[in-house]
Amino acid sequence: MHIDKIRVILSAHGRLTQPVDKLDDNSDLYQAGLTSLATVGLMLALEDEFDIEFPDSVLSRKTFGSIETIADTVEDLLD
Amino acid sequence: MFTLSSEDNTNFTELLKAVHKIGSKTIAKHAQDVDQKARFPVESFAAIKSLNLMSAYVPVKLGGMGLNVEQISKICEVLALYCGSTAMIYSMHKIQVACIVHHCMQVDYFKNYVKKLVSEQRLIASATTEIGTGGDLLSSFCAVKESDGQFTLTKKAPVISYGEAADDLMLTARRNIDAPNSDQVGILLTKEQFQLEPISGWDTLGFRGTCSSGFIVTASASIAQVNPVPFSEILSQTMHPFAHITWASLWSGICTDAIDNARKFVKNSVRRNPDMPPISSIRLAEVTGSLNNMRNNISASIKEYTEMLIIGDSDAFTNFGFSTRINNLKISSSQMLIDIVGKAMMICGISSYRNDSELSLCRHIRDAYGASLMVNNDRILMHNATLVVMHKEAR
Repeated sequence: MHIDKIRVILSAHGRLTQPVDKLDDNSDLYQAGLTSLATVGLMLALEDEFDIEFPDSVLSRKTFGSIETIADTVEDLLD
Repeated sequence: MFTLSSEDNTNFTELLKAVHKIGSKTIAKHAQDVDQKARFPVESFAAIKSLNLMSAYVPVKLGGMGLNVEQISKICEVLALYCGSTAMIYSMHKIQVACIVHHCMQVDYFKNYVKKLVSEQRLIASATTEIGTGGDLLSSFCAVKESDGQFTLTKKAPVISYGEAADDLMLTARRNIDAPNSDQVGILLTKEQFQLEPISGWDTLGFRGTCSSGFIVTASASIAQVNPVPFSEILSQTMHPFAHITWASLWSGICTDAIDNARKFVKNSVRRNPDMPPISSIRLAEVTGSLNNMRNNISASIKEYTEMLIIGDSDAFTNFGFSTRINNLKISSSQMLIDIVGKAMMICGISSYRNDSELSLCRHIRDAYGASLMVNNDRILMHNATLVVMHKEAR
């Protein structure tokens, strides 16, 4: 459920060099072209969509490394 | 990942005395010639090798001195009192040593290499930037082209500091010819395995002894020399923090030497007129405060990084807050370097502006301007500009 929403957001804000539907949930998003600038847009869109705020403890390169790690983080923040 | 162990360093004070000794007896004596001719400081490195300092960061169990980040930074600072270029080269070499010690010890080739580094006191250069990537260390065009356990590689490097003087070269490349630009590995080559074709010289304002010319590197070696660990991990855990901490430390050494000159000048004024403190003593007080701030910043970063190495949580190094703080250390220290040396010159006046004066600060101020341009502060600030939108300092 969250994964589908995250894929839509990633597609709109990730500025990836390949289509999101070609990526697996555990594909490396940095290898797919995710930049630090695009991460900002991605994070803001995720915060708006799920009405959450990313605390500093999860703000790392790893959190945005794959669709799976984003989903895990969102899941934790919603709990 | 690598975790720090506490080893016996009781001899460090003695070692520092020895570094000061080679500094005043050898390194300082050749600093002007190195600067004028923009040549590699051979005398400095013969002296540094005589103290086994090339392997100072290698753990004791592998034959090195087992010094920690704080101690390596201190050595960089002390070397910079005598010659900025020597300190810069030493720092860049040590960054590569740290990358090998932290990240390559699972690979037999690198394990054996460390023994050679200890016994032969080898000098390692690096080629991490590439023409066309816009200074982005996390992107490579060149790739490892493998065939029957061997590989070939060609890299257009805009800068390889002391490339021609180095024994070995660490470079980054794509893992294989099909890998995306961001899938990088580190490769260690020995001198006979690579050729350097010069594409640009190094006739610069400062740090002239680092001889940071551009080259096309062509290499051919065994696939065993490729470290499979993703380069992004090496960069975030070691190269990025270690570089900015040791650079800032050596810049503080340049500042300390400039302030020493300023103090000599003020002392002479006081001697001439003991009844009235000279106006320049106020400036000396002010600039000493700036150096204190700079050193405090460095200490805080060393403390944070050392604690992270002891805990050994590899994810912590990619935290945006940590990246931002390490970037800020580089930005603020390089700006303070210009400010402090400039103020020391204001105190010393024309005698610091002369090349032929005992109180000359000409080389210091020329070196100082390099610090904010090399790994350009604006690019780092731009990177921070994206990180700070997300990261909040702890409340």
